[in-house]
Amino acid sequence: MSIKLEHLNYIYSQGTAYEKKALNDVCLEIPHGEFVGIIGHTGSGKSTLIQHLNGLLRASSGELYYNGENIYREGYDMRKLRNEVGLVFQYPEHQLFEIDALTDVCFGPKNQGLSPEECRERALEALRLVGLKEKYYQSSPFELSGGQKRRTAIAGVLAMRPKVLVLDEPTAGLDPKGRDDILDQIAYLHEKSDMTVILVSHSMEDIARYADRLIVMNKGAVMYNDEPKKVFEHYRELEEVGLAAPQVTYIMHDLVKRGMSVRTDVTTVAEAADEIMRTLVHHCTNS
Amino acid sequence: MIRDITIGQYYPAKSMIHRLDPRVKLVCTLLYLVSLFMFRSISGYLIATLFLAAVIRISRVPFSFIVRGLKPIVMLLMITVLFNLFLTRNGEVLFHAWIFTVTEGGLVTAVYMAVRLIYLIIGSSLMTFTTTPNELTDGIEALLHPLNKIHVPVHEVAMMMSIALRFIPILLEETDKIMKAQIARGADFESGNIIQRAKSMIPLLVPLFVSAFRRANDLAMAMEARCYRGGEGRTKMKPLRYKCRDYAAYIVMIAYVVFVVAVGRMLPLHVWIF
Ligand SMILES: Nc1ncnc2c1ncn2[C@@H]1O[C@H](COP(=O)(O)OP(=O)(O)OP(=O)(O)O)[C@@H](O)[C@H]1O
Ligand SMILES: [Mg+2]
Repeated sequence: MSIKLEHLNYIYSQGTAYEKKALNDVCLEIPHGEFVGIIGHTGSGKSTLIQHLNGLLRASSGELYYNGENIYREGYDMRKLRNEVGLVFQYPEHQLFEIDALTDVCFGPKNQGLSPEECRERALEALRLVGLKEKYYQSSPFELSGGQKRRTAIAGVLAMRPKVLVLDEPTAGLDPKGRDDILDQIAYLHEKSDMTVILVSHSMEDIARYADRLIVMNKGAVMYNDEPKKVFEHYRELEEVGLAAPQVTYIMHDLVKRGMSVRTDVTTVAEAADEIMRTLVHHCTNS
Repeated sequence: MIRDITIGQYYPAKSMIHRLDPRVKLVCTLLYLVSLFMFRSISGYLIATLFLAAVIRISRVPFSFIVRGLKPIVMLLMITVLFNLFLTRNGEVLFHAWIFTVTEGGLVTAVYMAVRLIYLIIGSSLMTFTTTPNELTDGIEALLHPLNKIHVPVHEVAMMMSIALRFIPILLEETDKIMKAQIARGADFESGNIIQRAKSMIPLLVPLFVSAFRRANDLAMAMEARCYRGGEGRTKMKPLRYKCRDYAAYIVMIAYVVFVVAVGRMLPLHVWIF
């Protein structure tokens, strides 16, 4: 159970004056059950990359294997692939259309051919997961606030119970609490149901907190593909391509510069606090 | 998928044609379209073809790009050809089977009609390929300016046109995005009978309309915030001015029209069949 990309290239509007190479020789392997973060500056090809994962875009050249099967093979069942790889687009609230939130979330399961009761059951479960208050289930999606719309849209994909969940900046424009809520729920789902999660984000902090592995995109190519800790060691190179390491990485590097022997590969605030405490305690007991 | 529609799209290139004043291009396109219906002989068609080929060449728009713009009218073209082919009864009978009769006159009309339609589309899309929508509306506004005297709101109409044109690519992009999002949720836009297909468009059309209204609203706000209040007393940052090359283009165009009409009328109709 894995997704494997081999020498994937993608060119937008091929053969016209607007030709634009968006992916450049991307090779990746995403094993089942991993939580992968994808980061990269604006226009680096993140959204383009993830649209390949469920066959919405077809690579200009290169191969993509899902569970060992080449999805570009003649007669490959794309519907099945799309049932298993759920994709939440950037600004997914723009896709809502039904008369109320609950019915909208039912759209995915209905297309999977489930019975109305089953659809409803799944929709309720998904809406609970994303934390939409029950009083909004019957309201028109156009009357909801931005954050509530976002939750509804994410629930729309979760209700399909994908084996692989791909999210394109699901938290852009949400308040800090809403952001943490949604990410925590996704992390919980990942733990509980062994779902592969691929999260595109602009926040190094979020990625550092949740992801097992971090893929850095630059100009359509994969620049780093490693554990977040290891990637953040290259914080100077990251800065050169318009990105940055989490804030704590900078603090730790500064502390080292000032003579404190802390580890620099911590990535979250909690870890950093522990590490500083440890060093301080160590320091005091020694002197 | 949906981006293949090229009619009404600008093709950026540096060419003589691109640099012409939009008024020139509008007038010349109109003249060319009219000229297509002013002759009936093969020699006229030859000249019109040569002229169009020359302009395409000078404009540096790739031929493949232009041909792609013809795809949407293939259906229309077929219908026209078939109707002309079977319904025109004129001259010698070439073919007869059951209720279908093809006459020599029918065949000629069908071919001529098809060629005219194709040139019509190529001619007008060549104008939009070489003129940005902004230039185009500027040109239309300037050309229609005299109508202001009889209280036609020329500026407002031009503004509406430029907004509409500006929104075409945005809405296409939006359609593409929403379509993908719904396909990702298992929507099926392709299979089923006509009623099922119409129904399957709802998940696409509702968000599209919502987004179009949202954008229109935003745009109106932004225009008000900048104190837009119509054409009266409004000046232009880049007023249109004719240059030498524009006069030259007019002269070439008039020469072509005179020539094609004269030659096309003088030479007889059936030269092309031996
Ligand atoms: N539909 C399209 N047609 C043509 N070019 C496109 C299209 N979509 C994206 N591009 C181009 O492809 C490149 C990659 O775009 P993509 O949307 O994948 O970037 P991204 O990494 O998701 O950026 P962001 O962080 O802003 O979402 C960009 O340079 C963009 O201009
Ligand atoms: Mg993106």
